[in-house]
Amino acid sequence: MSNREEKVLQISGVNPRKCMKCGKCSASCPSYDEMDIKPHQFVSYVLNGRTKALAESKSVEKCLACFACVERCPRNVEPAKIIDAARQLNVRQRYGDTLSANDIPSLIDEDTPQQLLVSAFRKYKR
Amino acid sequence: MQRIGVFVCHCGSNIAATVDVKRVALAMLSENGVVFADDYQYMCSESGQLKIAQAVKEHNLTGLVICSCSPRMHEATFRKAAEKAGINPYMVEIANIREQCSWIHKDIEQATQKAIILARAAVAKVNLNSPLIAGKSPVKKRALVIGGGIAGIQTALDIADAGFEVDIVEKTPSIGGKMSQLDKTFPTLDCSACILTPKMVDCAAHEKITIFTYSEVENVSGFVGNFTVDIKKKARYVDSAKCTGCGLCQEKCPSKKALSEFNCGLSNRSAIYTPFAQAVPNVPVIDPLQCIKLKTGKCGLCEKVCAANAIDYTQKDEIITREYGAIVVATGFDVINLDNYDEYAYSQSKDVITSLELERIMNAAGPTKGHLERMSDGKAPKNIVFVQCVGSRCADNKGKSYCSKICCMYTAKHAMLIRDKYPDVNVSVFYIDVRTPGKNFDEFYRRAVEEYGVNYIKGQVGKVTPEPDGSLTVHGVDLIDGRQVKISADMVVLAAAIEPNASVRQLATQLTASIDTNNFLTEAHPKLRPVESPTAGVFLSGVCQGPKDIPETVSQAGAAAAKVIGLLAKNELTTNPCTAHSDELLCNGCSACANVCPYGAISYQDKEVNDHGIRETRRIAMVNTALCQGCGACTVTCPSGAMDLNGFSNKQIIAEVDAICR
Amino acid sequence: MALKYSYYPGCTLKNKAKSLDITARKCASALGFELEEIENWQCCGGVYPLGSDEIATKLSSVRALDYAKSKSQKLVTLCSACHHVIKRVNDDMKNVPDTRMRANNYLKLDTPYCGETQVLHYLEVLRDEIGFDNIAKAVKNPLKGVKIGAYYGCMLLRPSKIMEFDNPENPQIMEDFIKALGAQSVIFPYRNECCGGHVALKSPESAQKLSGKVTRSAEGFGADMLITACPLCLYNLNKNSQSDIPVYYFTELLAKALGIDSEE
Repeated sequence: MSNREEKVLQISGVNPRKCMKCGKCSASCPSYDEMDIKPHQFVSYVLNGRTKALAESKSVEKCLACFACVERCPRNVEPAKIIDAARQLNVRQRYGDTLSANDIPSLIDEDTPQQLLVSAFRKYKR
Repeated sequence: MQRIGVFVCHCGSNIAATVDVKRVALAMLSENGVVFADDYQYMCSESGQLKIAQAVKEHNLTGLVICSCSPRMHEATFRKAAEKAGINPYMVEIANIREQCSWIHKDIEQATQKAIILARAAVAKVNLNSPLIAGKSPVKKRALVIGGGIAGIQTALDIADAGFEVDIVEKTPSIGGKMSQLDKTFPTLDCSACILTPKMVDCAAHEKITIFTYSEVENVSGFVGNFTVDIKKKARYVDSAKCTGCGLCQEKCPSKKALSEFNCGLSNRSAIYTPFAQAVPNVPVIDPLQCIKLKTGKCGLCEKVCAANAIDYTQKDEIITREYGAIVVATGFDVINLDNYDEYAYSQSKDVITSLELERIMNAAGPTKGHLERMSDGKAPKNIVFVQCVGSRCADNKGKSYCSKICCMYTAKHAMLIRDKYPDVNVSVFYIDVRTPGKNFDEFYRRAVEEYGVNYIKGQVGKVTPEPDGSLTVHGVDLIDGRQVKISADMVVLAAAIEPNASVRQLATQLTASIDTNNFLTEAHPKLRPVESPTAGVFLSGVCQGPKDIPETVSQAGAAAAKVIGLLAKNELTTNPCTAHSDELLCNGCSACANVCPYGAISYQDKEVNDHGIRETRRIAMVNTALCQGCGACTVTCPSGAMDLNGFSNKQIIAEVDAICR
Repeated sequence: MALKYSYYPGCTLKNKAKSLDITARKCASALGFELEEIENWQCCGGVYPLGSDEIATKLSSVRALDYAKSKSQKLVTLCSACHHVIKRVNDDMKNVPDTRMRANNYLKLDTPYCGETQVLHYLEVLRDEIGFDNIAKAVKNPLKGVKIGAYYGCMLLRPSKIMEFDNPENPQIMEDFIKALGAQSVIFPYRNECCGGHVALKSPESAQKLSGKVTRSAEGFGADMLITACPLCLYNLNKNSQSDIPVYYFTELLAKALGIDSEE
């Protein structure tokens, strides 16, 4: 297992070997159609050494952190933690941010709650 | 002074690959009492046993230490070998250097050191061993079968056919169990009732079988060959001897709001009821929580209409005590509670049902008279979705860790039957794996797909959402197609996991039989003794031991019967001589030992003792050696050290500990 | 003596969700408990840091939790996100030795914080400490005939083994709350499905799809209005769902039923 795979497992704290490939995560995911790599594939991407592709996928920004997959996984695998760890591989790098303060004025309206900005910065920026 | 021979087994490479067996043998030669030590590839083999016999002769041995596998495996083998060679079998000790040493260690040096220590302890014990003589006890020629489902019925019939008396204790009002609730059976699709009912009738008619329905085991004492069991016959409020089974009482009973257990709560029943038409015995019971007469004193309609005068509101629970040589547990299973799986909307929609409920709906005697109908509005469903593995194969504390084994097959059966009878109904099955090992099983499943057009989708369902129009949207995934699927269904059937009947926990305690973390009863050996409990005289039949289908249950039921017959055929059993006894000079009569004895083997006597010249009458513990099983609970409980166990005396144990700590 | 709680309002309740804060405080005093705002509280970050090695992002929660501990009070939240983050960080401090050790090493508190504080959502205070039956007694203007859908969203419920809020797939605390106000609760299956959350900022179209499902489901089952505890849920349901169904903070309805003026 390469450094990158180990890093994802270490950040996420997930044991991908527990997965029995039932797909309940993908059946539950509200963002399934937006994702190029689907929740049930997160585990095999890490196990098969394709973490780089996972980190570069659209899925890292499409996960809503709604925890439906975590709640319903019959094996306690917690796919949301894997995709978040892949996201962190990006944002922890220099130039890994995908949101900057300059973008904000064009993205908000008069009702935008502070909570949305805070959450988005946590997810998209180092 | 003992003359001890030590034999170190290689067990092929099982032991020898991790333990330096020659060094163990060599080290033993310097132990007190050891006059001979050797190693050999397979001590349990015929030539291994011959080696023992030769050594006994040549070196005039009085005791043996075998360093080998667990005593559970071969203690009996080596005791027999010793006896043949002319040594009392209780002069043999096993040092377990396989399960407790070679299998769990990797480092040869460490493992060898440990093996030497274990062998040293066994030698220290043999030095203090003395010959023990086993006694004999008679065998009661009657068996008890607990549970009257197909497992219990088959076991009882097989034992009775061999000529021994059998009692069946069944807690519900009729025998028949879960199989009586099923509509058709896989893989032949024959009607469940058609093949079960004759067996139920055979049971009732068999001169060697006595059936106690609406009864439960209250207390068990004794031991293999000599169990004494208290059976509680719950008040039926109907005299079984008088009742003709005409059914008029049930018709006239005004209290009809209770949910029918037999129909999984999908229909109502009267307060006086037989669970189903073919019930055995065909004698109703009165549900005291529902009966207006028993609750308020008014009504009494059933009594008025009963031409046989069989109604008796004054009946009380009754305890009967019977003696048995063997006990078979056949307590079966239940479907798990689905409270942890609300994502499937079982508690939110009447049209989300379990597979067992579907059996009742499909059954001609069921709540819909066999018409496939939605329970919410009685409409015929057009789209049915089956969800597999609901609560099975879970590692999340919500469900069961095991595969329930029967669901793949009964779901294929349901899907096939529905497509056969209602070809315009679409049937989809969400599955994780289709597991169909068994004769003609996979072919059966393939028929569902290929001939009946059942739509199997590899993937799980995430959620079922009830919609405002009364339909159900099934949100699943098709892992082969790589897409989320939403199916608009009007009925969803959940293959809920099965679990051992809840009564088994208490029963296991009563029988001192062990259960695993899932409450399945443990077998004496998973491969070689699958129908025996580790507790002598207690046997296992059916799902109480692990998930199984009807063919497997019937096979196991027969196997359990064969074991029981083998036991009952004996006139007497050799008893265990390793029993407890108390030292009357040390015993202070405190009752601590009697309180912990699981076999009721200890009683007290006022006895005159001579304590260093002082004569006085003291209350002293006495052990009934026929009842004592040698568990040792009394010896560790006794505060004054008066209780001791033959073969495992306090001195012997301390000598072992000393040898280990040396 | 009135029950007193350490209160963690969070950033949005001081700005766009002022009414959630104001009505909650006013209802509290009407119901006999007091929310004492934690001094110098810092933003929780809005999302729980999932990385097992993240410490810095959890410290604001630990400071708030330690403050409540120092006052021997339970910590009460209103915003679903704050509740989610603080409750999970508290669980980490109690059950994850590595996080506990490193957070304490950094904070250098007088006594280490080990998850001692009990974190309650305002709804849990109403249910477990005040009692919905007592709230029903305090209602002056019962919301008779109003059909209200409770929108839970994700963060109050999941992951249930840490949040321990309610049955994650079939909750009832907000339905019981609605009934206590004299209104009728409307159960709809999307009440625990995601509104789109933080994705709304960069992909409003995703949030539109998801929040649209929620409002359509609620309307389909006949809800006249929705209630929520979360400012971001409220924003998505109002702005992105393309539905006109009114959405209120649950405390706004509570204030109305208790006859409290919800103006500042």
